[in-house]
Amino acid sequence: MFDRILAMLAKEFIELKRDRWAMVRLIAPLVIQLVIYGYAATFTVNHVSTAVLDLDNSQVSRALISHFVATGRFDIVDYPSSQAQFNRDINTGTAVAGIIIHAGFAKGFANGAGAPLEVAVDGTNSNTALIALGYVSQIVGVFEQERAPPAVGGGIGAAPRAVNISLQARPWFNEGLDDRWFFIPGVIGTLAMMQVISLTAFAVVREREMGTLEQIMVSPIGRVEFILGKTVPFFLIGFGDVALVTGLGALLFHIPFIGGPLVLMLGSTLFLLAAIGFGLLLSTQSRTQQQAFALNFFIVNPFFILSGFAFPIAAMPVALQWFTLINPLRYYIVILRAVFLKGVGVAVLWPDFLALFMLSAIMLVVSVLRFQKSLD
Amino acid sequence: MSDGAPVVHARGLSKRFGDFTAVDRLDLDIAKGEVVGFIGPNGAGKSTTIRMLCGLLRPSAGEAIVAGFDVARQPEAVRAHIGYMSQKFSLYADLTVAENLRFFGGIYRVPREELAARMRFAVTMAGLEGRETALVRTLAGGWKQRLALGCAILHRPPVLFLDEPTSGVEPKARRRFWDLINSLAADGVTILVSTHYMDEAEYCNRIVLIDGGRLVAAGSPTELRKHDLGGALFEMESATLGAALTVLRAAPGVVEAAIFGDRLHVLLAPAADPAALAPLLAARGIAAGPPMPITPSLEDVFVRLVSRHRAPEAA
Repeated sequence: MFDRILAMLAKEFIELKRDRWAMVRLIAPLVIQLVIYGYAATFTVNHVSTAVLDLDNSQVSRALISHFVATGRFDIVDYPSSQAQFNRDINTGTAVAGIIIHAGFAKGFANGAGAPLEVAVDGTNSNTALIALGYVSQIVGVFEQERAPPAVGGGIGAAPRAVNISLQARPWFNEGLDDRWFFIPGVIGTLAMMQVISLTAFAVVREREMGTLEQIMVSPIGRVEFILGKTVPFFLIGFGDVALVTGLGALLFHIPFIGGPLVLMLGSTLFLLAAIGFGLLLSTQSRTQQQAFALNFFIVNPFFILSGFAFPIAAMPVALQWFTLINPLRYYIVILRAVFLKGVGVAVLWPDFLALFMLSAIMLVVSVLRFQKSLD
Repeated sequence: MSDGAPVVHARGLSKRFGDFTAVDRLDLDIAKGEVVGFIGPNGAGKSTTIRMLCGLLRPSAGEAIVAGFDVARQPEAVRAHIGYMSQKFSLYADLTVAENLRFFGGIYRVPREELAARMRFAVTMAGLEGRETALVRTLAGGWKQRLALGCAILHRPPVLFLDEPTSGVEPKARRRFWDLINSLAADGVTILVSTHYMDEAEYCNRIVLIDGGRLVAAGSPTELRKHDLGGALFEMESATLGAALTVLRAAPGVVEAAIFGDRLHVLLAPAADPAALAPLLAARGIAAGPPMPITPSLEDVFVRLVSRHRAPEAA
């Protein structure tokens, strides 16, 4: 068995070595995507272009405006003089957020009758809008605490305040709520998946198109021997991907790695096997490389979106949540984040390990069975 | 396997793809050391038959025994005992000559201590000495094809299936290839080789002619040449072959007429007078030489056999 696998491996590595672009194809997308995710993919919203319509024009209203500017979250791009101009700013996209301080703001603030303040955001980008709104209430809350005359109840808004609750938020594992800490571990899984599934998807179908598969089929090599010979190189490449992205993530973005390397290796092994299983299934089902490419696209994108990488699975419709159960990336991202940021081990993560194990076993068995040494 | 039993034996071998019958109840026997030429027009079912005999396609009906193993029930045992060259060139273009040989030696489990000697043999046979480190993609067609044969015989299979191995190869290299095939047969290897070059039929011990998935005729080249065409064969020259052909086909006493290269071959019924042909053409204003009696070539026989085989269907 081993001599045949060795012959396959020798052939695969020679082909890889002769392929001058292979190294570029293998490394460049990883580095580029890591850098993009590391620097550009962030939920933090800064410098929101803002229009302020100050109808009160008082000392208090100006103080509030300077509070907005001071945080750096909002850039005031225009002081419209009328409601119509204010609307135009939002409509044309000159401003994403708008603040209207109504007349009587200072008076209401002082006597506790309620200071009328209106905020409008451009909801076409709901994510930015929501986050900007959060900042507005934060800023206003701070302003109120600082400025409100303690003797008089009430403040901005209408409801008089009876009890003063002060919330101390303390996020665990990522105290700075740094988006990169959230993204980079997920990027490792995403990149390894894209790389391994697409490499494997082309593996068998390429030989089919070249005609060499027919020559292999007519030889006494076993299905398992052939498939092992075809996939072990991709497994090693996948492992290299994980190591490379982990290293670069730590080096460039100072992502902590407080878990056990062995836990990561075990999780990566199971995940890569499952990814190879999916890739092989695509490859054995495709007649041409083009077909494999199209199928690859249909598999990799849903896996990526439905993995919890960016969008929480708990917020998805129930049917899609069920679908995520067969998505290996879903489990791997849980493992990656836990290993990097929480430092927990198999004792906590065993359900994800078990799921990956079952998924990889099923996919590999199915794809070996689907691969027939026949042209029928 | 007892001595004298056919190495390849097929009875009622059939393959259907949906409604299409590619191979229809084919019987075939090939003795040890025989070179059998598989001849027929494109789509006759040659490749499909060879693929069934290699265990690459499952027969829809019938049975086939190759080297003592049933192709449907023991495909793996069949694979260990055959060498195969597919129609399409199928070596690894990015590997060198030696790397390709070593790879096939590995997957056929050629014993390590023998591999070097067998690789040397294959390289010598293919005339590739000194080119062991050349990438296969840089080799010319004839060399590629001889290397493919070298890879196919590295494990010393008793049976070889060669599917149009000489297609697209220049005539000199084709000759050389046939010399190799005959020397392998002299060593006791049984060979079934398909081709659409009629002249290559002469190199075979026996010819199997198929059309539309059915056996049309089988026999040695000499036997087939003696085949009664049902008339006498004449060759004619003409500057306007197409026009002459149309007239001749409608002429009385002409059984069949066909273009062969730059001449016409006309088969006349035994009672017909060849001298009547020239005036007939002249009456239509077609210049043509006098009909010369010729001995039918194998190709004449094949053309006649295939058209006679097809005739009942047309009627």
